[in-house]
Amino acid sequence: MREELSLVLALALGGAGAGRAETHVEAIGDPVRGAEIWVYCSGCHEIGPEAQASIGPPLTGLFGRRAATVAGFPYSRSMQRAGQDGLTWTFETLDAYLENPVVLVSGTRMSFPGLEDAGERADLLAFLRQYSDKPSNIPEAAPTARAGDPELSEATLALAGDPGWGEYLSSECTTCHQRDGSDQGIPSITLWPERKFVLAMHAYKQHLRPHPVMQMMAGRLSDEEIAALAAYFGALGL
Amino acid sequence: MSLNRRSFLGTGLALGAALSAPSALGQARPRVVIVGGGAGGATAARYIAKDSGGAIDVVLIEPGKTYYTCFFSNLYLGGFRDLASIAHDYGRLASQYGINVIHDLAVDIDREARSVALASGHALGYDRLIVSPGIDFVDGAVPGWDLTVQNRMPHAWKAGSQTQLLKAQIEAMREGGVFCMVAPPDPYRCPPGPYERISMVAHVLKERNPTAKILIVDPKEKFSKQALFEEGWGRHYPGMIERIGPDFGAANVEVRPDSMEVVIDGTPETVDVCNVIPAQKAGHIAGIAGLANDSGFCPIVPGTMQSRIDENIYILGDATIAGDMPKSAFSANSQAKVAAMQVRAALIGARAFPAKYSNTCWSLIDTGDGVKVGASYQAAEDKIAKVDGFVSQTGEDAALRKATFEESLGWYAGITADIFG
Repeated sequence: MREELSLVLALALGGAGAGRAETHVEAIGDPVRGAEIWVYCSGCHEIGPEAQASIGPPLTGLFGRRAATVAGFPYSRSMQRAGQDGLTWTFETLDAYLENPVVLVSGTRMSFPGLEDAGERADLLAFLRQYSDKPSNIPEAAPTARAGDPELSEATLALAGDPGWGEYLSSECTTCHQRDGSDQGIPSITLWPERKFVLAMHAYKQHLRPHPVMQMMAGRLSDEEIAALAAYFGALGL
Repeated sequence: MSLNRRSFLGTGLALGAALSAPSALGQARPRVVIVGGGAGGATAARYIAKDSGGAIDVVLIEPGKTYYTCFFSNLYLGGFRDLASIAHDYGRLASQYGINVIHDLAVDIDREARSVALASGHALGYDRLIVSPGIDFVDGAVPGWDLTVQNRMPHAWKAGSQTQLLKAQIEAMREGGVFCMVAPPDPYRCPPGPYERISMVAHVLKERNPTAKILIVDPKEKFSKQALFEEGWGRHYPGMIERIGPDFGAANVEVRPDSMEVVIDGTPETVDVCNVIPAQKAGHIAGIAGLANDSGFCPIVPGTMQSRIDENIYILGDATIAGDMPKSAFSANSQAKVAAMQVRAALIGARAFPAKYSNTCWSLIDTGDGVKVGASYQAAEDKIAKVDGFVSQTGEDAALRKATFEESLGWYAGITADIFG
């Protein structure tokens, strides 16, 4: 615990100066432009509800699928090995594969030189994503957007939180953590000293503390939002 | 100018309620009417009342005096909770938050006149309306089934007497009998819910009736937490559960309640208990008010939860087309806080911050074997979009699964306090 917090502190103080952390969300890419890029793929791959194996495997339901798992498709040994090792198709792995296939899977049979342009890859991925599970129906499905990624600034720990903002943000916490401080299966977060609160939230954000719900919740809070929450919870009931 | 709640403390109460007509902004106390006292509506009512310090007249319309949460109603079926522990009333919302709780049914909404008609014949004017009506079933979704036969074949997808009935039927099932679930197509309330229910039914049958079988007739290719449930069923209930998917005709199903038959792609199966969970749509009032589109659900503005059809109306929870958010109490509660903030901003000039949404669903597979899935969401231009998420992994150790279950108990205590005060 002490080591974790010291490490966060070191990271926070040592971090390069970053701009103001804004909370925002952006589309993965443009699926309409992606549909135009799809012509590079459609000679060998099919996609959609009726898609079948062709020269390449069907790409319906690709996101979240373990590599080399379309039954009966004659994958390269290299791709089979990658699947056995745990390669699962996500935005990150597909982006790497599309950039240069042999870097990710050296013996792949896919004879495609790769898409250099990150924007084109994002558009193609946005197009492909439409043919996988929708999150609202299967909550564990892949994201359809990405969050802006705030970085730690040197001034993070010195930020004065806005308790009014913290009050709104706190409503997300109190779905699980009880405002009166009771502690049943989920710990109390009221009346923590502000500094300790800020350190703990950054420790979740940087995945130093292990809990997946908290890593996710803290992961999308900007430095200002963490400071606002700390100010609000620190003063609650005083 | 930014007015905070303290500047309104006392003054709002002194103004008194204008009961006859909605007030214009800045004159008498503005009124928010909320239709539906579930996870969305009750949360919105409580947050508006709590954070406006009496400056807004908050009226909650809910026909039931006791609310049984759908979440954890499967645990009641499994014998892990009693019915009283999932029952909540509206007493604290009235006594501690000053919310005017009217136990009546909203039967119409006059959007021009900004007025809600109640079954009792009264009408209530509003400055802003929040509609949180939950789900209703699509007529004819499962041929042979309608509400007149819900005692032969319970849905138990709205908790309460239906859940009690289903539990009694499971416990009274003949030795070696068949429990059948007709699962719903997407989208529906609580994506992992049918499969947690199967787990809880299996838990009961393993103890009381170990030769019984469970049949799931499921029109969907895949379902939420599938790998986790299937791993758990194999470990805890080997050989008991069979699922028929669309490849084997489950998208073409009808029921015959008189003979207790389920007809799967033309082939009848006789079963002993049949839990029919039909296809769903937004609660009836949303359709009457013209707030739903052809999908049967209500389009909303991603950053505010306003109806895309009427800017004076906010819609919450299962009734909405909430982009990537699943239909769950957690989602409804999360959306309610955004709507509450936006309504306070519109009516009394409170500060509004960028919307944040989140959801987590816990499910219990067997004693001490809890799993969860969750995600965070933000308003993108055209929908509420998923930006991050997590899910329990197969093969997790028993201690982690037990901690996950205990966490769900803490969540239940937390969210019900957050909803009902």
